[in-house]
Amino acid sequence: MILRKHHKILVQGMTGKQGTFWTEAMIDYGADVVAGVNPRKAGTEHLGRPVFASAREAAAAEPFDVALMFVPPMGARAAAIDACEAGARLIVCLTEHIPSHDVMEMHAAAKASGARIVGPNTAGLVTPGESFAGIMPAFNERVFKPGRVGVISRSGSLGTLLCLNLVQAGMGVSVFYGVGGDPMIGTTPREALQFLDEDEGTDAVVICGEIGGSAEEEAAEYASGMAKPVAAFIAGRASPPGKKMGHAGAIVSGGKGDYASKRRALEAAGVAVADVPSETPGLLKAA
Amino acid sequence: MNFEEHAAKPLLNEAGIETPKGRLVATPREAAAAAEAIGPCVVKAQAPTGKRGKAGGIKLAASPEEAARYAEAILGMVIDGWPIERLLVEAQVPIAREFYAAVLDDTAARNPVVLFSRMGGMDVEEAAERDPDAMRRIPVDINEGLSLEAAKAGLEGLGLDGAEAAVAEVLTKLYALYRKVDAELVEINPLCLTADGKLVALDCKLTLDDAAAPRQEELAKKAAPPKTTALEAEAAAAGLKYIELSGSVGVLANGAGLTMTTMDAITHFGGEPANFLEIGGEAYTKAEVALSILLKNPDIRSLLVNFCGAFARTDVMADGVVKAWKALDPDIPVFFTIHGTGEEEAVALVERELGIKPADLMDDAVRQAVAAAREAAA
Repeated sequence: MILRKHHKILVQGMTGKQGTFWTEAMIDYGADVVAGVNPRKAGTEHLGRPVFASAREAAAAEPFDVALMFVPPMGARAAAIDACEAGARLIVCLTEHIPSHDVMEMHAAAKASGARIVGPNTAGLVTPGESFAGIMPAFNERVFKPGRVGVISRSGSLGTLLCLNLVQAGMGVSVFYGVGGDPMIGTTPREALQFLDEDEGTDAVVICGEIGGSAEEEAAEYASGMAKPVAAFIAGRASPPGKKMGHAGAIVSGGKGDYASKRRALEAAGVAVADVPSETPGLLKAA
Repeated sequence: MNFEEHAAKPLLNEAGIETPKGRLVATPREAAAAAEAIGPCVVKAQAPTGKRGKAGGIKLAASPEEAARYAEAILGMVIDGWPIERLLVEAQVPIAREFYAAVLDDTAARNPVVLFSRMGGMDVEEAAERDPDAMRRIPVDINEGLSLEAAKAGLEGLGLDGAEAAVAEVLTKLYALYRKVDAELVEINPLCLTADGKLVALDCKLTLDDAAAPRQEELAKKAAPPKTTALEAEAAAAGLKYIELSGSVGVLANGAGLTMTTMDAITHFGGEPANFLEIGGEAYTKAEVALSILLKNPDIRSLLVNFCGAFARTDVMADGVVKAWKALDPDIPVFFTIHGTGEEEAVALVERELGIKPADLMDDAVRQAVAAAREAAA
């Protein structure tokens, strides 16, 4: 599912400092934020939107498609389950450092309700010129110029750099899909790749991967059957094995998830892999 | 968070899983006294690593004298980088068969999974390759948990000499422990079937989820302290993820992905990164303390600051860097590249306060930092 202008967004944790900053940026950008959640401020208004005690109560008064979670780690499980029960189609979970058992419960709840979770630990989704939900500088035109290239990233900061590199090379972004830096994410790069493959506004795709796990190898498998050109950059070539590189999911252990195997899998699937992010636009043009 | 065997085994006991009678000791004399009380025993090096047996850190002792001799030899060993300071002296168990049991997060399937093998002991993975039918995977729905019936069904046909029901019970207890303590992994290897038909856990490996530490406060205190350098420990105390590396180009970036990428780019352009240090996420306000820690590394010859602000506001981070740089006045060159949220203010601040113009392209800043580090070394 790609975030569109017509998607109605509920922001869980809208009244906090970060929730306020980013919700305001989203509203300015044109995102259709319909309501917020904060049990202690239910019944009030914030940023001109009504605040409810729960996603379920919000759903009854202000139907929404997307729940965006600005929720601290220990509150994430309850918030995600609330959003599932409220009928959210898409849950964008920005929170990092959620206990892994809670993450598994969130995924089980989403499976039961049919919701799609993006994240945890995602920087969110941006559809330039339409909408954004998350913590990406969508409003910065040097980074997010509307265009025809889809970008999938496990990391917000690296995704930002990649989008910037595309703009610097005279290209633009159709969709930014932040899948998240956690080991157990609800939407994998492979799934995101399929969405972008099916998206009429996207002509080519860049995958920003990282060491750890097997998400890039799975995406490569899908990419091998795609007509649209795909390029990739994988972060972590110079990282030592056995250490968690900031993201809980970015670790090479027992010889699994290393740079070489990801690069091999991608190149075997016909995906051009860049040595530094700035090479990526050139690889797309050459393809 | 990893636990040493002596810290993990009491948790197995609380969960209703038997372990051999044992005592934690720190000297050969204490080892002899423990052996005296326990009888024929095993002297086991305590370190959160699976390489203790192969490294000679686990020995059978028939007498207190022998226990003392082995203790003397093992104490002071360094196994997999861990200096051995304590030993677990445990009663020997009459082993009939050795199994393997574990519960862990199945990250690909996003649910817990129970692993059981009828061939435990050393080299379980190799044994599973020789005999693929020896290892069973029992996926668990986290909302339903592991029932005795499901555990039994998962073990069917393994040929456990009538121990199936007892093993199934141990697996449900192990699963309950996994859930109770927020484990990423709890593993018993070997799970011993004794000559008289009892199941005893001879070893236990336990890894707790770091993210669950706030709700496992008491337990977290018993975890083995991580293997870190002094600077890494100082950074951890300040809530920062810092990893010391062997190069000369210091790295300060926001976000794990961008920091790794910065290190990759330094390597690509012929340099070597001195560290991983990211101030992304909620840590973006900590640029000042981060930089002060980073600059204590005596091998740094140049510094590269790479900010690509999404959530992390580059103006806030640049302010921290400028403050630390002015206060510490380090004798090395610094190179900036700044983009994203708060970019204009951040670039203006660095130009005004430090007289440095951030590079528009990351690659340019990286090349300059690498060249400067090389020059300083020449």
